[in-house]
Amino acid sequence: MKVHVDMSICLLHGQCVIAAPQVFSFDDEGGLVWLAEVDDSLRADVEAASDACPEQAIQLGD
Amino acid sequence: MAPRVVIVGASLAGLRTAEALHAALPDAALTLIGDEPHAPYNRPPLSKDVAEQLADADADAHAAALDKLTFRHRLAGDRIDWRLGVAAVGLHTDQREVLLSDGGRVGYDWLVAASGLRPRQLPFAGAEGRRHVLRRFDDAVALGAQLKTGARMLVVGAGFIGCEIAATAAHLGLTVTVIEPQSAPMLAALGPEVAQAMAQFHRARGIDLRCGLNVTGISGDVGLSLSDGTTVEGDLLVEAVGSIPNVDWLTDPALDLSNGVLTDATMTAVGNPRILAVGDLARFPNRLFGPAPRRVEHWCVPGQTARRAAETIAAREAGREPASDFAPMPSFWSDQHGLRLQSFGAPALADEVRVTEGALDRIGQAPCLVEYLRAGRLTGLLGLGLPPAQLARHRPRLDAALSETLPA
Repeated sequence: MKVHVDMSICLLHGQCVIAAPQVFSFDDEGGLVWLAEVDDSLRADVEAASDACPEQAIQLGD
Repeated sequence: MAPRVVIVGASLAGLRTAEALHAALPDAALTLIGDEPHAPYNRPPLSKDVAEQLADADADAHAAALDKLTFRHRLAGDRIDWRLGVAAVGLHTDQREVLLSDGGRVGYDWLVAASGLRPRQLPFAGAEGRRHVLRRFDDAVALGAQLKTGARMLVVGAGFIGCEIAATAAHLGLTVTVIEPQSAPMLAALGPEVAQAMAQFHRARGIDLRCGLNVTGISGDVGLSLSDGTTVEGDLLVEAVGSIPNVDWLTDPALDLSNGVLTDATMTAVGNPRILAVGDLARFPNRLFGPAPRRVEHWCVPGQTARRAAETIAAREAGREPASDFAPMPSFWSDQHGLRLQSFGAPALADEVRVTEGALDRIGQAPCLVEYLRAGRLTGLLGLGLPPAQLARHRPRLDAALSETLPA
């Protein structure tokens, strides 16, 4: 599945990093980085991360 | 036969419940009832950036703001019956029916109460037309029309919503006075040390914050009489004095509705196994913080309790008992004058605070990390202007501390 974060909306709450640490993380400068394409086995985690985003900035696709 | 699930409250909690049920029980017939005309939307920005966008905005800007707030969702197909603009007004528990404000009835096998809260208001008449609350999009539109540079805003209540709208209004050039009955803003959530520091933080940014005062009357357009004998005048009033659970429609005497809806750890209402409650309406036990049930008004709770309720219904439909362990990690955030407050755990339960990075008298100038302890054990974390990556590094320590049973 495809993962996209709209960085014009993201306010770096970091909820996704906690919900799906295999997909979302912070780089050394504190910026958000993520895997654009993830295995379907991580779907539940990625959906939880998308739901947990206070700005609803995470978009998922197949 | 496919179960009929009726969800009352087309909010974040109601939506997430419907999504989780749709995934767990694809055959279930879902009805989502909401008294607002809008599809489920995100509320926290209403006191922050959206309040700013709605200031002096036209109808096009209102529509654009609502569109941006509306949740994208995963509800597809014809098994979801949306009933927007209709309120639930009562129950026939014998027939398992919800009574609606338009005279209709909807039958259920499972009923999920997600009707949330409504703002409390000051118990005085006066200044009608200049009084505002902030819970719904339409509230924010009405308030936004009055957010004009130079206007004098009075805010009663320095909880999160009061502090956020005060900061937003000050940023827009309004003159802001905040009246708070307790000794400091956000006292229960942050504890006295941090709350006092936040009082200084707001005052240093131009907010006239007056603590330890009650409102004793409302007059004119708008005058507030205060408990110290003084009065304060403004052009508009925001009442941010807490919330009341929307339980009036739950006309089942077996339920405990003394503070929201009392549930067990499966989100099942005590007194009626066919009724569940989710979101900030639910008073539920969280294993992380002992057996006492609590109602929690954080944004994360709707999603956590919705998934839980859907698991419970799916298990019972399959003839299984749902798992009894429920231990969701609370978190909250707030944005005030450009400062991000971000918390994990339950600072409100602490009896000791330790500042482990930065200093409380330099909030807003340098990152600050506060650790909250109860009986010497870590129970909550709060970052003030702390980069989220730094806060995330401390999470494993909190998880470990809370996984042990907390002393009562």
